[in-house]
Amino acid sequence: MTDTADTTVSRRDLLCTIAGCAAAASVAGCSEPTHTDFFRHHLHELTPEQLKAMLADLEQEFSAKYGKDVTVAMTEARPGVSFAYALDLSRCIGCRRCVHACVKENNQSREPAVQWIRVLEMDKEKGIDLHHANAYYEAETVPRPGHFYMPVACQHCRNAPCVKSCPVGATWQEPDGIVAIDYDWCIGCRCCMASCPYGARHFNWAEPELPAEELNPKTHYLGNRPRPKGVVEKCTWCIHRTREGLYPACVEVCPVGARKFGDLNDPASEIRYVLENKRVFVLKSELNTRPRFYYFYGV
Amino acid sequence: MFVRFVTGSIRIVTRGNALYWTWIVALLAMITAGVFAYLHQYDAGLQSTSMRDQVSWAFYIGNFTFLVGVAAAAVLLVIPAYVYQWKPIKEVAILGELLAISAISMCGLFVFVDVGSPLNLMHLVPGIGRLNLPSSLLAWDVLVLNGYLVLNFTIVTYLLFSLYRGTSPNHRIFTPLVLLSIPAAIGIHTVTAFLYNGLAARPFWNSAILAPRFIASALCSGPAVLLVLMMLLRRFTRFEITDTAIWKIAELMAYAMGFNLFLLGAEVFKEFYSNTEHVVHARYMFLGLGEHNALPPFLWTAVACSVIAFLLFLVPKTRKNPVTLVIGCVLIYAGVYIEKGMGLVIPGMTPDTLGEIYEYVPSTTEVVVSLGVFSVGFLLFTLMVKVATPIMLGEFRDASAPKGEIAH
Repeated sequence: MTDTADTTVSRRDLLCTIAGCAAAASVAGCSEPTHTDFFRHHLHELTPEQLKAMLADLEQEFSAKYGKDVTVAMTEARPGVSFAYALDLSRCIGCRRCVHACVKENNQSREPAVQWIRVLEMDKEKGIDLHHANAYYEAETVPRPGHFYMPVACQHCRNAPCVKSCPVGATWQEPDGIVAIDYDWCIGCRCCMASCPYGARHFNWAEPELPAEELNPKTHYLGNRPRPKGVVEKCTWCIHRTREGLYPACVEVCPVGARKFGDLNDPASEIRYVLENKRVFVLKSELNTRPRFYYFYGV
Repeated sequence: MFVRFVTGSIRIVTRGNALYWTWIVALLAMITAGVFAYLHQYDAGLQSTSMRDQVSWAFYIGNFTFLVGVAAAAVLLVIPAYVYQWKPIKEVAILGELLAISAISMCGLFVFVDVGSPLNLMHLVPGIGRLNLPSSLLAWDVLVLNGYLVLNFTIVTYLLFSLYRGTSPNHRIFTPLVLLSIPAAIGIHTVTAFLYNGLAARPFWNSAILAPRFIASALCSGPAVLLVLMMLLRRFTRFEITDTAIWKIAELMAYAMGFNLFLLGAEVFKEFYSNTEHVVHARYMFLGLGEHNALPPFLWTAVACSVIAFLLFLVPKTRKNPVTLVIGCVLIYAGVYIEKGMGLVIPGMTPDTLGEIYEYVPSTTEVVVSLGVFSVGFLLFTLMVKVATPIMLGEFRDASAPKGEIAH
């Protein structure tokens, strides 16, 4: 423990909660353990005013903590939009630029390192065989002969096991298909991690460490805002970008154009072109999760 | 009268011989150590455990699962006692219910120490939070475990307080409650099994015989604790527990263990004979994968314990010998503890869903916190048994209550 002041505060909060459980009325004297209202309702039950006040509180807290103007948006899904993603396995070279762009864009913890994208190196001879996959290959030498690369992140399943298993409804599917998490509602039980077939969900095993100069100040409540410790997070398809018509950071950074993203309901979109003209597959189709994330072989 | 009951109970639990006090002080010391270890974990985050993204449930949840089984096992005593009105067991059935209360309390504590945001746990409370029903199995588990706790607490309090007042319990209230506890016991363990069973992402758990296996092993481990307790009570108090009751329970345990071993064998056959890629988890558990072989020594120990205990309980001669009986109980407890705890949770998550092997071994923090939780349970159980025994024996009764034997 390096920060003793912090330690005392968090212990007091814990004791307050225990007291709070025994007598909900007696917590008035407790310090607010989170930036949001301690006894607030589920996100979907907040009035527009309560939501606005909550976002303003968060902005104030993060701006003070990181010493720059942080915005926390709650941009809603655009009506009629249905997002999907496609990844060209024959183009991916395993450079992991997507991994690092994602970390920067989405304010993941640097220590302990949280990475939403895992790039698996596989033997060409074995095909897609996860039990022979290696996620810890050396990036300087890619692509290594005899190998191909398969990045895996949240598949934004239509039939998402994580959503089903969450005991408190802290994660759900948005109207545009993005599977979102309310970090302030999550109890950290990790049922969703046990139920995810793609290892897409990551837990904050310690207080996330995020240097102020590296913080991306443009954030979304359900996306890249700084996270507390002890909650689960995962890829949100850069919800703060894609709902404003931008590509996710990983799509933009990919040097070989292996990553495609767009609106399934837009006939002119690149994702529609891929689905109509390439032969696609989804990972672990036998589990009936029906991912919105497709893989294909472009050549 | 209630005040007299409380003060009388306090008097009972504060009186005991040196052995009793050594036991209590040891438990309190371990609880204190556990509290400090937990506060450290709370400050540092769950990084102070050995759990990581690859193995995201481990020692705590393994202990939780094992203890749900212990709690469910009260049913093994209740069925012959109240359904078949078999008197020798009826006398001691209350011990099973006290054990259930202690075990469920430990279950709650193990979930509490496992979650990352204990402050948010109130989101599970109906009214304040939002229970994700009917789809989340953990939400169901919260409901049934709390229900079972309330049910057993009601049964025990009602029975003991009636006896304290010198009246026999009203059987129109009492019997339905007791009968309800039978499906409730099966229910808590089934729902807990479904918590794992329903996860298609984890082929090791996604097996239809998981719930029956849970029940079979629970019917061994819970009574194992009770048998040892009965031997102790017989020795140190006037509590009369007949040999026939003990032998009958041991016989029932032998059948349960036989069935448990059969189900384990069925699982092993299916995995290794079909030999699909999913066999990797069973392989990790029994044989190890390359240099990753922390688990097999424990698993083979568990299998050996269970087989030896099964034989000891099956043969009438060793079942009726107090020494081999206690050895059998300890072996069963150890065997099921390994099999239902680490042996269930860890291989289910190793390798992880993308094929990565992270070899989990519990950290010191996890072990100390868990010892603390177990100590809370044992302390609770000790104190409850200490008060219940003189009530059952008619030694602790209200001043205004009639004297003499009371039927219950």
